[in-house]
Amino acid sequence: MSRFVCPSCEYVYDEALGDPREGWPPGTPFDQIDPDWCCPDCGVREQQDFEPLDDDSDDNNKEVETR
Amino acid sequence: MAVQSVPATQVEWRDGKRYLWIMGAVMPLVPFAAWALVAATGLDLFWWFGPVFVFGIIPLVDLLTGLDRNNPPDEVIESLENDRYYRWVTYAFIPMQYVSLVWGAWMLSSGALDVLDKIGLALGIGMVAGIAINTAHELGHKKEQHERWFARIALAQPFYGHFYIEHNRGHHVRVATPEDPASSRVGETVWGFLPRTVWGSLKSAWGLEKRRLERRKRSPWTLHNDVLNAWAMSVVLWGGLMLAFGWEIFPYLVIQGLVGIWLLESVNYLEHYGMLRQRTESGRYERVNPSHSWNSNNIGTNVLLYHLQRHSDHHANPTRRYQALRDFKESPVLPTGYAGMIVLTWVPAIWRRVMDERVLEHFDGDISRANLHPRKRDKIIARYAARAGGAHAA
Repeated sequence: MSRFVCPSCEYVYDEALGDPREGWPPGTPFDQIDPDWCCPDCGVREQQDFEPLDDDSDDNNKEVETR
Repeated sequence: MAVQSVPATQVEWRDGKRYLWIMGAVMPLVPFAAWALVAATGLDLFWWFGPVFVFGIIPLVDLLTGLDRNNPPDEVIESLENDRYYRWVTYAFIPMQYVSLVWGAWMLSSGALDVLDKIGLALGIGMVAGIAINTAHELGHKKEQHERWFARIALAQPFYGHFYIEHNRGHHVRVATPEDPASSRVGETVWGFLPRTVWGSLKSAWGLEKRRLERRKRSPWTLHNDVLNAWAMSVVLWGGLMLAFGWEIFPYLVIQGLVGIWLLESVNYLEHYGMLRQRTESGRYERVNPSHSWNSNNIGTNVLLYHLQRHSDHHANPTRRYQALRDFKESPVLPTGYAGMIVLTWVPAIWRRVMDERVLEHFDGDISRANLHPRKRDKIIARYAARAGGAHAA
């Protein structure tokens, strides 16, 4: 199970948890999500813009584009 | 993150507006101010103080106090956002808003006012409703659940709860494109824009919730639909006020709601007038950048609207808190604050005289790169082409 981060606002999509409110039940693979689905927190970036999170590294050090 | 040359603790920066932000929460007192002025002078005319304050006094304050270009340095943005004082100031708006609304409803039902006074007071309550949509806007963008709830509570008064959906998931996605009902076009008057944005935003909000619920295999006709449950909140609020103060206040509730919506949509009109994102090679629109929103550093409106006029940074970083929004040099700038600009929208000929030139300048003289009213497109392009031709001949 992988995790993906919105490059604008740090929202994280975790495949294990999904996002049930958005209609993605736990276990929904990221590549089955509509590419036009936009980040539920900022609305600025879409599924196709999300970046994979490397779970081996410390997520807090993940560089997130702030602008 | 690259290593910062200066540790955050060593950067000295003071927010000059820190205590001015309280003014936002004082704004709901405008209808009380109207009453106080009537009581002090005996002149019933002062029931109309609300619109005079918003369209007279605020623009005047903007003209007199000038600009504030001060930006927080990058190093302090995070600590500034985490300073809880700033969010409490916005939360404080909501009890003030509701005290003002309940008092207003009581006043309307008291029998002390004639119809003209009541209309004036309803306009004043509507000014608060419109500014409440702005407070809801600040809170609705945040990730904290309780702040999103506060946003929805603030939106109950003007019966505009679907704004929370459409603004965050519709407008922010399609801003400065012809597909966005809330982005105005060159050649479009505010009076033409209003029905397009109100109806278009409503349809879009409904569609967004319908699609979300479809993914969950649910019908849109459920209270899980955020459009319906927001409207239900308004029904409860308006119904409660009418139970307490009589159904006779209904027309005035409608007036204040319409005024609030009109105020908010007028601001939408001027935030992105003519701005257009170009298509990239992949066919998607380019990312939103500072050149796609009109900005203003006028201090009066910025304090009352929680830096809404630093609109470019807001669209680049929608979840960023108001106190940390910055001004960008490359953004297009309005000649004055939003309040004064709304007055200009009332006379489309004056609005276009002031704004169309600025749009033209923004697109380096090529008006065809702007977001143009489709019906007037050829006429607008021909007019500026003729002018460019004339300039060459001269």
